[in-house]
Amino acid sequence: MEISLFLSAAVIAGTPLLFATLGGILNEKVGNLNLGVEGMMLMGAVAGFIVGFKTNNALLAMLAAGAIGALGALIYAVLTVSLHANQVVTGLSLTIFGTGFSGFLGQKMVGQVISDQVKLSLAPIRIPLLSKIPVIGEPLFNQSSFVYLGYISAILLFVYFLYTNWGLNARMVGENPAAADAAGIHVNLYKYIHILIGGAFCGLGGAFLSLVYVPAWQEGITAGRGWIAVALVIFAGWNPLKAILGGFLFGGLDILGFRLQGAGLSVNQYFLDMVPYAVTIVVLVIAGIKKNSLNAPPKSLGNAYFREER
Amino acid sequence: MKKTLLKVGALLMAGMLVLSGCASTATTTKEAEKPAAAGEAAEPEKKEADEAAKAVKVGFIYVGPTGDGGWSYAHDQGRKYLEEKLGVETIIKESVPESQEVEAVAADMIDQGCNVIFATSFGYMDYIEKISKEFPEVKFFHCSGYKTTENMTAYFGRIYQARYLSGIVAGMKTETNQIGYVAAMPIPEVIRGINAFTLGAQSVNPDVKVKVVWTNTWYDPAKEKDAAIALLDGGADVIAQHQDTAGPQQAAEERGVWSVGYNSDMSSFAPKANLTSAVWNWGPYYVEKVQSVIDGTYKSESYWKGFEAGIVDLAPLTANAPEGAQAEVDAAKAAIIDGSLNPFAGPIKDQTGAVKVAEGSAMTDEEMLAFDWFVEGVEGEIK
Repeated sequence: MEISLFLSAAVIAGTPLLFATLGGILNEKVGNLNLGVEGMMLMGAVAGFIVGFKTNNALLAMLAAGAIGALGALIYAVLTVSLHANQVVTGLSLTIFGTGFSGFLGQKMVGQVISDQVKLSLAPIRIPLLSKIPVIGEPLFNQSSFVYLGYISAILLFVYFLYTNWGLNARMVGENPAAADAAGIHVNLYKYIHILIGGAFCGLGGAFLSLVYVPAWQEGITAGRGWIAVALVIFAGWNPLKAILGGFLFGGLDILGFRLQGAGLSVNQYFLDMVPYAVTIVVLVIAGIKKNSLNAPPKSLGNAYFREER
Repeated sequence: MKKTLLKVGALLMAGMLVLSGCASTATTTKEAEKPAAAGEAAEPEKKEADEAAKAVKVGFIYVGPTGDGGWSYAHDQGRKYLEEKLGVETIIKESVPESQEVEAVAADMIDQGCNVIFATSFGYMDYIEKISKEFPEVKFFHCSGYKTTENMTAYFGRIYQARYLSGIVAGMKTETNQIGYVAAMPIPEVIRGINAFTLGAQSVNPDVKVKVVWTNTWYDPAKEKDAAIALLDGGADVIAQHQDTAGPQQAAEERGVWSVGYNSDMSSFAPKANLTSAVWNWGPYYVEKVQSVIDGTYKSESYWKGFEAGIVDLAPLTANAPEGAQAEVDAAKAAIIDGSLNPFAGPIKDQTGAVKVAEGSAMTDEEMLAFDWFVEGVEGEIK
């Protein structure tokens, strides 16, 4: 098993997870637990595929995927932020909705393949110098521009949440919306914007699968990756930079099984399938014991904010 | 905060359970479009024998979405053929997990007037067996299992015959003499297919090796594709598959090598790579059996037929297929139909080189249905 080939495959397998995790982080940082990740990914996957197939334009396809993901998130935001509906139930409904939505829209697309033009514009680009780094250079910096978008987004989000006023305000909304409200922050506006952008990221994660990874349309193309992303948000400790690491780690574990089989090493696939979740539980336990505010979930995560109850 | 963590944890658990059950988390019901001929059929409220003959309504239960381009798609093509030929009314339910839920789905279909039900996944077997006893007037057909009751038929096709032929094509095409095989689960059906494919490839190319990896999933396009890439990285130049999506085909297409599809003709998924596909052709079987229900000649049975019944076939060879393959395939197919060629006739050795099937004898159906070893030339482990 050649290590750089494996790492390269791990990065590709991890990229949809990374996008979805960033989407999840954006949601949860403003206090909204969104279990609709899988649904928004599927919506993005089908929209990206259809637009890519019809227009042969990768950029339009990605924009469509982001837009439709945000549209899915808008349903969620209206229900949970404006109408104070239960976030868990709403998120689950969104997943079911997204599954049906993508299946319905994709009906005519089954068996179609993305054109070479789109594939070419999303083909790997080697970054000079960086790709010369031993071992990790080639896997990390000879990838599709879609993958680079993932790194850049993660870094920008990290900076945003840690160093910008808006980012700090958003975190305040997630920690203590009443205090944020009193400080003159428009709580609901912040929630809406972050939930919508989060949805767009989930949609992009799905589109990576249908445009770059597979790239053909089949129903249920995400095959549960949205749920792994929900776990990854916790694994990453709500930190966009750690999401990069987590995404590639989980992606790598996902595909490690057959690489090992190919190398003649036999590790039970069921065991490997379990590892990401087991690791997440361990991380949860550690986070529970260590009262470290850095890796703790936003305090008002999952609670609706009623202004009148201030 | 603790509460939230608890909630998240609980939901993750729930999510995992759902996922381990099946890849798809949601189910959808679609009322299949009514064919004109069945439009005036009487509402079969009471299922009296003579009335049932005129108003047969057929329910199909699928394990995946009909848009999978694979297993459930092939069954749904059969359903459409049935509607077209007999004009009976059909309803379907997609993405039904292989759990107790199938009982509820079947009961619901019966409530809606179904008197024939096709349950098209192995894991439905025990539940269908149970419910068949509760509804003795309903005829059940269960695909790929081995249990039967008074009103439950077990049906399947000898897809290994088609795999043998596809192995011939792959064996002639490969230049590295390494063929990769992306396989779902180590169960007899899959193992039988791998062995038949390998024997077919060896019949034209004795040096060929078939390398197997298990994905432990029936349905995950991205993961299946990556499994194929792992095989290609290992030196294979033809990819075959026993999976329900066309993910592995895409890997071959991308790398500019060759592929053999499964379930339905997968050439559209990988026009530059696909050589052929081992395909299911359920339509004629469904017509024959539903007709027998209408005629009142239904009898429960164990049905396992191959080329001779047309239930399995090889998709037309594409332009990528090697020269001369058509002739080889035609000859082998004719020989299988007339009985002069049996893919599992001895001598067959296992991976260690020990003779498992002696010269002059052939494997029985029981042995084939319980396959748990690989033939010589397969690289991989059953676990």
